[in-house]
Amino acid sequence: MKKQILSILCLPVFMLGFLTGCSSEVTEEAAEEEASAAQTLTISDPEYYTRFKDAGISINVYNWGEYISTGADEGTLNVNEEFTKLTGIKVNYTNYSTNEELYAKLKGGGASYDIIIPSDYMISKMIKENMVQELNFDNIPNFSYIMDNFRNMAYDPENAYSVPYTWGTVGIIYDETVIDLDPEDIDWDILWDETYLDQILMFDNPRDAFMIAESLMGCSINTEDPDELKACAEKLKEQKSVVQAYVMDEIFDKMGAGDALIAPYYAGDALTIMAENDSLNFVVPASGTNLFVDAMCIPAGAKQKEAAEMYINFMCEPDIAFANIDYICYSTPHSAAFAMLDEAVQNDPVSYPDQDFIAERTTVFVNLSNEANQLMQDLWTEMKSAEEETVNKWLMPTFLVLCLLAIIIILIRRYIKSKKDIF
Amino acid sequence: MKQMKIFAAPYLVWMVVFILVPLLMVAYFALTNDEGRFTIQYVSDVGQYANIFVRSIWLALIATVICLIMAYPLAFILSRMDKHKQGTMLLIVMLPMWMNFLLRTYAWMTLLGNNGIINYLFGLVGLGPFKLINTSGAVVLGMVYNYLPFMILPLYSVMVKIDKSVLEAATDLGCNFWNTLFRVIIPLSVPGITSGITMVFVPAISTFIISRMLGGGSNLLIGDLIEMQFLGNAYNPHLGAAISLVLMVIILLIMTVMNQFSPDDQVLI
Repeated sequence: MKKQILSILCLPVFMLGFLTGCSSEVTEEAAEEEASAAQTLTISDPEYYTRFKDAGISINVYNWGEYISTGADEGTLNVNEEFTKLTGIKVNYTNYSTNEELYAKLKGGGASYDIIIPSDYMISKMIKENMVQELNFDNIPNFSYIMDNFRNMAYDPENAYSVPYTWGTVGIIYDETVIDLDPEDIDWDILWDETYLDQILMFDNPRDAFMIAESLMGCSINTEDPDELKACAEKLKEQKSVVQAYVMDEIFDKMGAGDALIAPYYAGDALTIMAENDSLNFVVPASGTNLFVDAMCIPAGAKQKEAAEMYINFMCEPDIAFANIDYICYSTPHSAAFAMLDEAVQNDPVSYPDQDFIAERTTVFVNLSNEANQLMQDLWTEMKSAEEETVNKWLMPTFLVLCLLAIIIILIRRYIKSKKDIF
Repeated sequence: MKQMKIFAAPYLVWMVVFILVPLLMVAYFALTNDEGRFTIQYVSDVGQYANIFVRSIWLALIATVICLIMAYPLAFILSRMDKHKQGTMLLIVMLPMWMNFLLRTYAWMTLLGNNGIINYLFGLVGLGPFKLINTSGAVVLGMVYNYLPFMILPLYSVMVKIDKSVLEAATDLGCNFWNTLFRVIIPLSVPGITSGITMVFVPAISTFIISRMLGGGSNLLIGDLIEMQFLGNAYNPHLGAAISLVLMVIILLIMTVMNQFSPDDQVLI
């Protein structure tokens, strides 16, 4: 769901080549193959894309950071450029880093986008608030490539508003050189294990953090029951003393640099770090997890709906979908792109877990009611701001001393002044 | 002189459109609910975050005091240097500000990390590793590091105006070093001290990225709290505005109290 924008900042500090991503693993032959694939980009229906050829229009695409093939690695496609070449439509491409940022921007008005790629629960929230519009699937014939089990997902039951772009699971990334356990034995409770005091990172986002507590305690990850939420908040409070830091994007750098041993993380990003740091491993906990889907939508105020649908269709062209998935390392819901992947990737339990596991053990987020969201936020703030006792002990006495000092200084000043007045 | 007023018009327009109107909107959002009706619900909700307020004020206060203690002697030494040396030294003070704020804070993350450079150096002499990052100490360090120039510059600009002959006169009249400091230098530099404190304390109390990056997310400050209302799980601009409003009032109060110390003709507020 997230890509490590911040890691760009650390380039001067860390070794170079930090960002090359998982495609750096690709052998040279494969790279050549890719290059030839790139040159012979085949489009199913070139006629369709010429509709706006000379209209001189442009569309605004708002996507996650590092979430599209940019052609930066040799032999890969620059998707936006290819789209402009093919259709004559200019693409204004901008990034956001959280679903909430996207929401706040759209809600606040003043922003006009034609394509957005929010995650599951945000899509259902936007559908409910009429912030996205229904798609005309006649303009998106390539929707036929989307696998059946990624259609009509819980967040968009009629599949009228969204076209899945990527998916993945949340799991645990850990340093297997230190944590010598059978991967099958690792479950969410390792994030509470006092043996790894101060070596554990945790999500700094209430929804994801509660998901972990909920999976561990056996509640639904979409629960709205206040008692269950409170129980989970208690569980998260217990964890606070062993957690080194609450972070999101920083997990990438901290795990990569060996500053922490265990962290929850998204499968696609985990693969990218594992390509850099051999001692890391990733498991999807058996007790269940969140399956997230990021899907393309058109916001309600879009000015170029038809061109936006053309863009969505283009993103679902097999060659383009493959180029994107190969770059971002997440899992694809696109059957043709999946077929083009290496066999090793297709069978990788991290990216493509067993179908039965997905069906039984993973759940997609849906939007919670405003009350539940607010409660979760309040519990989260309370959990995070709860003082540790050591801090409390020093806070008030020092404050008292400081106040006393201030009073004394004021009194002395007044005394000196009154003395001066005598002369 | 009257015609000169017209030159102030662009700033006046700027101030009304981008400062006054947004401030009024913050107050409006804080005191209304989704339907636009008046309510004090959100302002009273802020009460539950009292401990976050106390921590923010406390950390900002420590950072301001450290900045003052560090900047005061430096500013004085700077102001007594040769004119051409002063320029070079000021440049060195300003130099870190040329770099992006985020980048500088990010660099501290790698310096202070458990496997960071500082702990590595400690490790070489057989000490540590110490828990440096993700503590309130690290947050204060980040504040001091980022806001120190804002303390040095106003102090320097006031002190450079203190004439050498004033100090000589004090010595001639029998003042020792401490007497000169407390009776001459400090009273003359009070305007610099107050504006320096304002310029450090106000941004320090409302920062959120420093506590996010160096505090490990478990040292919530008011800035984080406000940010969470807009970009967090629940989108609640009214509560966010109410917290901002309370914060503004607290800052206003602190500034007023502080201004009691400065000469009457130089009161900021």
